[in-house]
Amino acid sequence: MRHRLSPFLATMLVLGFAFLYGPIASVVIYSFNASRLVTVWAGFSTRWYGELLENDQIKGAALTSFEIAFLAATGALILGTLAGYVLARYRRFPGRTLFGALVSGPLVMPEVITGLSLLLLFVALEQAIGWPQGRGIVTIVIAHVTMGLVYVAVVVEARLSAFDRSLEEAALDLGARPWKVFAVITLPLIAPALIAGWLLAFTLSLDDLVISSFTTGPSATTLPMVIFSSVRLGVSPQINALATILLVVVAVAVVIAGRILARTRSSPMP
Amino acid sequence: MSGVLRAARPRGDRWARALVVGLPYAWLLLFFLAPAIIVLKISLAEQTLGVPPYTSLFAAGRLQATADNYLFLVSDSLYASAYLNALRFAAGATCCCLLIGYPLAYGIVRAPLRWRNALLLLVILPFWTSFLIRVYAWIGLLKGNGFINNLLLGAGLIDQPLTLLNNEFAVYVGLVYSYLPYMVLPLYAALEKLDPTLLEAASDLGCRPMQAFWRITLPLSLPGIIAGSLLVFIPMCGEFIIPELLGGSDTLMIGKVLWDEFFTNRDWPVAAAVALVMLVALVLPMGLLRRYLVREAT
Amino acid sequence: MPPLLAIDRVVKRFADGDGAAVDGVSLDLAAGEFFALLGPSGCGKTTLLRLLAGFEEPDDGRVLIAGEDMAGVPPYARPVNMMFQSYALFPHMTVFDNIAFGLRQNRRPRAEIATRVRAMLDLVQLGHLARRKPDQLSGGEKQRVALARALVQEPKLLLLDEPLTALDRKLREETRFELVRIQQRVGITFLMVTHDQEEAMSMATRIGVMEKGRIVQIGPPDEVYEHPRDRFVAGFLGAINFFAARVVAASDGVVALESAEAAGRQFSVADKRAWTPGTEVALALRPERIVLGAAPDPRWDNALSGTVKGVAYRGEASDVEIELASGKLVRATIANIERRHHASFARGEAVALGWTRESGIVLEP
Repeated sequence: MRHRLSPFLATMLVLGFAFLYGPIASVVIYSFNASRLVTVWAGFSTRWYGELLENDQIKGAALTSFEIAFLAATGALILGTLAGYVLARYRRFPGRTLFGALVSGPLVMPEVITGLSLLLLFVALEQAIGWPQGRGIVTIVIAHVTMGLVYVAVVVEARLSAFDRSLEEAALDLGARPWKVFAVITLPLIAPALIAGWLLAFTLSLDDLVISSFTTGPSATTLPMVIFSSVRLGVSPQINALATILLVVVAVAVVIAGRILARTRSSPMP
Repeated sequence: MSGVLRAARPRGDRWARALVVGLPYAWLLLFFLAPAIIVLKISLAEQTLGVPPYTSLFAAGRLQATADNYLFLVSDSLYASAYLNALRFAAGATCCCLLIGYPLAYGIVRAPLRWRNALLLLVILPFWTSFLIRVYAWIGLLKGNGFINNLLLGAGLIDQPLTLLNNEFAVYVGLVYSYLPYMVLPLYAALEKLDPTLLEAASDLGCRPMQAFWRITLPLSLPGIIAGSLLVFIPMCGEFIIPELLGGSDTLMIGKVLWDEFFTNRDWPVAAAVALVMLVALVLPMGLLRRYLVREAT
Repeated sequence: MPPLLAIDRVVKRFADGDGAAVDGVSLDLAAGEFFALLGPSGCGKTTLLRLLAGFEEPDDGRVLIAGEDMAGVPPYARPVNMMFQSYALFPHMTVFDNIAFGLRQNRRPRAEIATRVRAMLDLVQLGHLARRKPDQLSGGEKQRVALARALVQEPKLLLLDEPLTALDRKLREETRFELVRIQQRVGITFLMVTHDQEEAMSMATRIGVMEKGRIVQIGPPDEVYEHPRDRFVAGFLGAINFFAARVVAASDGVVALESAEAAGRQFSVADKRAWTPGTEVALALRPERIVLGAAPDPRWDNALSGTVKGVAYRGEASDVEIELASGKLVRATIANIERRHHASFARGEAVALGWTRESGIVLEP
């Protein structure tokens, strides 16, 4: 009874995955369509990829997005790990309830509100203390760090809650100081969770449209913004090509991550 | 051991602890709580021409606050209907996500072990690809001369192309499609924890599979259902991209209203008012409901 | 010469303030002892262990190790090491690195670390597994690594948290001897916490029985077993029969009791205390002290008759359950010295029970 797939469930699985991947498949297929029109299949062509690689606007935006995502993910990892640690280990201190609420806040907040509120903060700060001077990459990074850190915190908290504390106690007992215990025992063993958190924050930043649009300035255009403005006008084959490239990159990354995870899982972790 | 004991805390470690707590706390206070307060402040201001395009709270020593923006929201039925639309779409889409996502999650749990990791990866993959692109993909499919219409016309099932885009249908499809992975993962987590021997015991006691599902599997997976539903419902309410790209004039949702007030009308105070109303009338109650339900179900 | 470990009226309360996990425990350990703290789950023995290791601080009282007060001293600064119940081996380090961990934290020179770890590996006979990771070891091997890791720094006191519980039965019995052997070889004071009275009695030089946060009796195993101070200790340290009885007379070191459960028959017990006639007491009697026969033997100090209700054959011994005329059930344990001895007691048969004056123990009811 445990691993038997009834015909109903098997059908649902197939339909479900067809639903999930149908649209994605269509984007990939039409990125190779020689014709500009989605309606007509005019033969296989990679011309859109060629045009894409010539498109300076998209290339610039992609670079900006990756730069922002890298910085944001790293910042989110550091702050998120601290926050997750606090949530998992420090059960009682003044203001803990507020802390818990603050960390789960951005998770449920609609992006339009987060984006708007951060922009208003930046404007108010600029009025009050002169920083940040105008908005751009820095403000987007700050916004993305705030968003990313809560996801990292959730992942880290879950991992630490399931962590075998007797390992840390044993290390203490044998003579290691608390920070040493964290660095030499805890950190290496929760590393997969940290990597997953970083990747999560990276992807969220790379993909973000709404918050970036609110918190950006004239100098910073991200990839989602470019995609959004061209997509508003309708289907664009170059966008299809871009989408396919992104898809392949992510797919490869996820498969690699999955393999690594499977290998670490074979040796039981505490 | 029945009681919980307080841990030993040597003096030197207290500073480190304060730092560990303080850093994220300070960041969140500055970049999450403070902005919320500023939203409140600006929602009480007036739109002006200038930089920044709103009046300040204190001018010449006097408090300059107006509730005009809120009155405006209440008076114009556009906002109320946008808000209700958002709730309507989110509720409907959440139910659809549940109806599609539950069998999907259950199918993965029941699948042979060697397929399970691959299947999970396949569910997670769309989650990692661009949200924007996944929504965009539906434009090509739902257009008048898009893939679906061409298919149906070519197969002779219809004479005229169906209007599948820029209407409510497209918004529902977009919402369900985009948020499906967020529903499947908590459901999978809850169903995976289910002890298969419970179902075996039920069968041994004379319970048919369908009955066993309704009486055992479904109730025990309730925490997952609640978690998934709330994870999906709240962001759906404030969704902007989907109504913008796939919707039409009759699918106004509150998220799009906020965006338009800000970017198109350049009316920051009204946008701020909309945001605050959303916060108070949506996010807060939902957040509390989520807490309450999760506590009750576990 | 102060005791190696002095626990002085230590109290540790629960966080909700409702009672104490450790309620005023005092205990002295001499160097080289193998002490077992025995008690049911929830009695506070693990809490006491953690107080000694430094993972908790006492609310009242003091802990002194080699004369030094351990108040405020964190675990990494105490001359104490602990062997954890789950072993707590670091999964991302080899056996060698696990054992060397503490030495490395204390910045011992590399050559010294190598020598000491090797010596420890030889002591626990795991030299051939030095390069393995914990997930490649069996339960017994993991346990030995945990022991080696805790011993290598030569602590003044080694704490063992249920060291044998995770092992299967056969392994447990072998390991008991080995642990005692190792302790005697290295000469380190061991304090072991367990709920298994067989383990405690077979390994320790002294036992402390704990109940609800207090130590109710301390002594060498045979003393605690043969002369329990109250019903709890008597019942916890092995199977025992209790008779509700009343003192009839007490003189010359012999107490006469009568019990309704024994159909008014009198018992005589060797007990030097001056019991007042008429006092309600409990007579405790170990099953193995009961002799069975087809008919009462006149040489027996105490005799009863009953019917055999059941026999549980355990290989080396058999437990015979006997119902007395009063309906009371008594358990007797017979060593199977000769073949088919147990067969002489079949269900439904009448049987006589007897025991000596020295076998019974008089306790508060």
